[in-house]
Amino acid sequence: MKMHWIIAAALGTAVSLPALAQDKVKLVDVVELSGAGATAGTNWKNGIDLAVADINAKGGILGKQIEIVHYDTQTNPGNTRAAVQRAIDEGTYAVLGPVFSGPIGASMQIAQRAEIAQLVGGEAAGLTKQGNQYLFRTSLSQTAAMPKIAKYLKDTVKAGSVAVVWVNNDFGKGGRDAIIPELEKAGIKLAVDVATEQGQADFAADAIKVKNSNADAVFVYLNEEESARFLRAAKQQGITKPMVGETTLLGAKVIELAGDAANGVKGHVGLSIDAPIPAFQEFGKKFQAKYNYVSDHNGMKGYMAVYMVKWATEKQKKFDKKGVADTLRGATIKTSEEPGILIETTIEKNGDLDRESFLAEVKDGKQVITATLPKINP
Amino acid sequence: MAEFLAYLIAGIATGAIYALAAIGFTLVWQTSQTINFAQGEFVMLPAVLVLLAIKLFGAPIWLGALIGIAAFILIFGVGFKLTVVDPMIRHGVLPLAIATMALSIIMKEGAKDGFSAEAQKFPSFVPTETISVFGAAISLQHVAIIAVAFGVIGLLQWFVGGTRLGRQMQATAQNPTVARILGIPVERMVLLTFVINAALAVVASVLISPIYLAKFSNGEVIGLFAFIAAIVGGFNQVRGALVGGLIVGIVDSMAAAYISTSYRLAVPLVLLVIVILVKPEGLMGRKEERRV
Repeated sequence: MKMHWIIAAALGTAVSLPALAQDKVKLVDVVELSGAGATAGTNWKNGIDLAVADINAKGGILGKQIEIVHYDTQTNPGNTRAAVQRAIDEGTYAVLGPVFSGPIGASMQIAQRAEIAQLVGGEAAGLTKQGNQYLFRTSLSQTAAMPKIAKYLKDTVKAGSVAVVWVNNDFGKGGRDAIIPELEKAGIKLAVDVATEQGQADFAADAIKVKNSNADAVFVYLNEEESARFLRAAKQQGITKPMVGETTLLGAKVIELAGDAANGVKGHVGLSIDAPIPAFQEFGKKFQAKYNYVSDHNGMKGYMAVYMVKWATEKQKKFDKKGVADTLRGATIKTSEEPGILIETTIEKNGDLDRESFLAEVKDGKQVITATLPKINP
Repeated sequence: MAEFLAYLIAGIATGAIYALAAIGFTLVWQTSQTINFAQGEFVMLPAVLVLLAIKLFGAPIWLGALIGIAAFILIFGVGFKLTVVDPMIRHGVLPLAIATMALSIIMKEGAKDGFSAEAQKFPSFVPTETISVFGAAISLQHVAIIAVAFGVIGLLQWFVGGTRLGRQMQATAQNPTVARILGIPVERMVLLTFVINAALAVVASVLISPIYLAKFSNGEVIGLFAFIAAIVGGFNQVRGALVGGLIVGIVDSMAAAYISTSYRLAVPLVLLVIVILVKPEGLMGRKEERRV
C-alpha cells in the first residue's frame, strides 16, 4: 500500500514539473559581476531583478512568470562566450547582457547564430555596424552621443583645445575614435591623446600629462571606477580645467567614489534618475528602496532591457524567440504602451537606439540635469 | 623642470608603496626561503577589513581601522605563520609557495564575496590638497605616502640593525641552526618577522587605498610590481627591496610620461629582464650559493 503512495507521488511530481516549467519563461543574464566591470554589471543586474519582480508581481509576461538567472562573466570575453552559449543551451528566451563592449563583441555571434535576441548595455559604435540582426542596445551608441559632446565642448565650454583621456578597451577605443573626428569637425584642437588601461589604479602620471598639455578642457572616456580614480588624481595635480565626459563620468558610483573631485564635472548622459522625467525618478526611488543605493544608468538599462523583451512578446502575442528580434527591429516603444520602458525609445534597424538625452553637471556631490536634448530623428 | 619633478614625486610615491610590499617579499624569503605569492593581496586586504569593520559594527573610522588592522595582523601575521608556513615548510619550499598562491586566490575571492566586487571609497588620513614646489603641483597625499613609507622603512632598519631583538631576527634569518645554539628563540623570531610583514602590508594598504580605492583585485598589480621590485633590488636584502621599489615606481611614472602610456606596463618588465640577465642577484642583493 505504502509503495502505491510513493509511486503516485513520484508520478504526480513528474507530471507537475513540466507544468511548472510551462508557467515560466526563462531569461538568462550574462553580466560582469566581478572584475573591471563589476560596478556597471551589478547595477545592470539589480535593474533586471527589479523589472522581473515588478513584472512577476503584475502577472508576468502573457501570464508566465519570469525565471531570471545571472551568470558572472568576470569581465572576461572567454567566460562571456561560454556563458552566452550556456544560456542558449539552457533555453533562454532572450540573452540579457553583457554591459562591456569588448565581451559583447566577443560573444554576440553566438546569440546571432541561435537567432535569439541579445539586449546589451554596450556603447561602442562598432557593435551595431556588423549587420547582426539580433543585437539590441539599451543605451545610445557613441555615434549618437559624440556629436552632442563635441557641440557642447565648442558652444558651451568654448574649448579651443581638448585633452582626450580614454581607456584602452573596445568601449574606450570606440569613444576615442568617435570623438576625435567630431572635435576636428568642430574646429577643436587635440591637445593630448592619453590612453589608459582597463582596471588601472594609478593615474598620477596621466593627470600630470593632461595638466601639462594646457588644454582648455579634458574629455574623459573611462569606465566608472577608473573615471573616479582619474578625477581624484586630477584633483591631486590641481587640474582646474573643465572635465567633460559621457554617462560613465557622471554616474552615481563615480560621484560616490570620487567625492569632492567629481564636483564640476559636466557632460552628456543618456539616462539618469535625476532627469526631469517622472518615470525615471520613480524608478530611482524603487531602486533605492530595494538596494539602498542610487542606481546609475546601467541599472536603468537593465530594467529597460527586460521591458523591451516583455513589450516585444506581448506585441507578437506569443513566445517566439526569433520573433522578439523581428518585433524589436525598427519599432518605437511608447510609454503609453509600455510604462516600463520609462522613455519613448526608437530601435533602429541595426539595433541602435534613438531617444531624448540630457546634459548634466555634478554640483555638491549630485548630478544635476541642465538641459534635455531631443531625439536625433524626432 | 616642474613637469619632471611632478612625475618624479608621483613615481617615488608609487615606488614607496611597492617598496613596502617588496620588503615583505624579502622578509618572508629570508626566514622561510620561499616567495609569498599572496603579498599583493596582503596589501589589498587590510583596507577591505577596515571598511568591513566599519560596515559590520557601525564603528567610527578610527575604531574600524583599529579592528580591521588588528584582525589582519592577527590572521595574516600570526595565523599565516602558524597555519600555512609551519605545516608546509616541513615539506620544502615548493609546497609553501604553492600554498601562498592558493592563499592569494582565497583572499581575493573572499574579499569579493564577503565584502564587495566593486571598488569602495577609502578615507584619506591626509588632505587631498596640493602644494607648489618649484612650480610643480605636488599632492599632499603623495608627500604623506613618501614620508610615512620612508619613516616606517627607516624604523624597520633601525629595529633590525640597532636593537637586540632585531639582531636576533637577523641572526635567525642568516643561520637558524647557529642562532638556536646561541640561545635565540628562533621560532619567536620567525613569528615576529611575519607580524612585521603584516604590519608593513597594513601601512601600504592604508596609504594607497585612498588613491587606488579599496577593491579585491588591487593586489594583482601591487603584487606584480612589488615582486619585480624585489628581484630588481635583490630578494635577500631589505635595502634592495627599497631601492627596487623606488626604481620600479619612477620607471613606471617616467615611462607613462615620456615613452607611452599604452606601453607603461611593459617597461618595468623590460627592466626586470635586463637585471636578471646582467645582475641576477639584484642591484643590491648578495650572491647565494646552494647545493642542489
